[in-house]
Amino acid sequence: MNIVVCVKYVPDAQSDRTFNESDNTTDRVGVDGLLSELDEYAVEEALKLVEAGEGEVTVVTVGPDQAADALKKALQMGADKAVHVKDDAIHGSDAVATSLVLAEAIKKIGSPDLVITGMASTDGTMSVVPAMLAERLGLPQVTFASELSIDGSTVTIRRDGDAASETIVATLPALVSVTDQINEPRFPSFKGIMAAKKKPVEEWALADLGVDASQVGLEAAWSKVESFTKRPPREQGQIVTDDGDGGTKLAEFLYAQKFV
Amino acid sequence: MSPAQSPFELFGIDALLTEEERDIRSAVKTVVDSQIRPHIAQWYESGELPARELAKELGKVGLLGMHLEGYGCAGTSSTAYGIACLELEAGDSGVRSLVSVQGSLAMFAIHHFGSDEQKDAWLPRMATGEAIGCFGLTEPDFGSNPAGMRTRARRDGDDWVLDGTKMWITNGSIADVAVVWANTDEEEGSRGIRGFVVPTSTPGFSAPKITGKMSLRASVTSELVLDGVRLPASAMLPTARGLGGPLSCLTEARFGIIFGALGAARDCLETAISYAGARQVFDRPIAGFQLTQAKLADMSLELGKGMLLALHLGRAKDEGRLQPEQVSLGKLNNVRESIAIARECRTILGANGISGEYPVMRHAANLESVLTYEGTSEVHQLVIGQALTGVSAFRG
Repeated sequence: MNIVVCVKYVPDAQSDRTFNESDNTTDRVGVDGLLSELDEYAVEEALKLVEAGEGEVTVVTVGPDQAADALKKALQMGADKAVHVKDDAIHGSDAVATSLVLAEAIKKIGSPDLVITGMASTDGTMSVVPAMLAERLGLPQVTFASELSIDGSTVTIRRDGDAASETIVATLPALVSVTDQINEPRFPSFKGIMAAKKKPVEEWALADLGVDASQVGLEAAWSKVESFTKRPPREQGQIVTDDGDGGTKLAEFLYAQKFV
Repeated sequence: MSPAQSPFELFGIDALLTEEERDIRSAVKTVVDSQIRPHIAQWYESGELPARELAKELGKVGLLGMHLEGYGCAGTSSTAYGIACLELEAGDSGVRSLVSVQGSLAMFAIHHFGSDEQKDAWLPRMATGEAIGCFGLTEPDFGSNPAGMRTRARRDGDDWVLDGTKMWITNGSIADVAVVWANTDEEEGSRGIRGFVVPTSTPGFSAPKITGKMSLRASVTSELVLDGVRLPASAMLPTARGLGGPLSCLTEARFGIIFGALGAARDCLETAISYAGARQVFDRPIAGFQLTQAKLADMSLELGKGMLLALHLGRAKDEGRLQPEQVSLGKLNNVRESIAIARECRTILGANGISGEYPVMRHAANLESVLTYEGTSEVHQLVIGQALTGVSAFRG
């Protein structure tokens, strides 16, 4: 089974994330970035499937030079090869354009049996790229999988909702997005780290995919960030002095804030 | 206020590491942050380390025998091994000790001196952490002078029968296999010392745990009792003769300590810097007091110098030109400075410094063991003294 996993390089949520002052796009240069944590589940699930049978895992990303770090992490975890689509024209692309570029890249990679993505990126958190991508590739989309199994030519997933858990079956090839409940992503092992250096990473530009620059980037985006305001610093909490009625004051506060 | 830098950032240490070394460092950090830090204070307090489970987690990453070739080992550089030791010991010296003993003592001995059968039987399982090894050289009355060991291996037909006691053996009570050094021929003196691969299930072998330790509490330390342990001829390590065998293993482990001890010191220093920034005295953070800054500056200087020395020795080892007396330079300096840093950091944390809520006292107490195991500071001074003067002062 050949699997393509789409991964994203995102600003580290531990660092001070912000937008570029010049064009209101996500600042990916001024802060440390990494493989989106939610994509690690997608990589892990693909590795488990291939390890249980045969085939290979190709990871693909669309992003700036630094996005190679996200691919490297996936290769260190055990993916077989990587594709990095980078082109200055892609800067500022929205989800619609990203899904176009990813779809063309996946077509060029070949015809995978399965495309796996995370449930959302940890920066944009829109969760729409998997659905758009499935539509562009003409694949059944089975999203938010908390459990996944392959049986011959079908994929079965469990999607946990508030009221019920659904079991959904689709024929292969298909696109699946996975949640953070589906597995426990492995750490890269030393062997993985050393082997990753020798694994092939292809770099493609828009021209290699037959995508016109006018279809992507900030200018082509259907939506854009007009302005942003930094979150105000947290205000100091209210200090209640206990003059023997601390409990009452606490209860009043909780009641007033509708906590009880 | 300018943005704060860590001591290693101040020294520009990252620029001295390869990308692979930085990736290995980050992999070990992830393991330490997720598998060790959340539990270490409780393990230390209770004196219980879930060593078997932890070994499997460490094995998954490739930490066990990481710088050995083949048999499921990762085959990294020695410098990368040192960096891994540093990150592990930033978690706890006891956990680093588990890895040192498994990889640099037990696995190294089998890897370098063992038969193909011994290597096939043990190394792959030890690399994954499925099997745990220990290394029996030190005895109750023979630490710095192992040549005088009393453990004997007596020939009986084709078999060997081992009798004796080993002391202060890390991993002893949980080990599946012990590499035990014994004298096979008293007339030969230390040249009669040979190594044996002893499955701990062999009748006559027992390994009672040493309790009541005030240091390395998150580490299993044991006595090995060999009471008529009968082994086939094939249990002997074929290519190690005399003390050179076990001493070369110790040089391996000491090399890891040169880096490891700095990890404990770095964790103390980072804790102290962060504490100094938050702790208010006389209405301002103690980080703003000149005496605190002088302490922090001096400690960072020693930490950074120690790291430069460690990396220098690591590169020399990777190029095959590291001498045992150079390992003594590194172990003596870096453990001595690390324990001094830990103690000084304790003063910055004031009373909180002695609390298990902070790692500083734990590191300081651990480093008391690191100061004397794998060669005491005094022995390393004598090794260096001999290298400088050509005169051995080991015997009075």
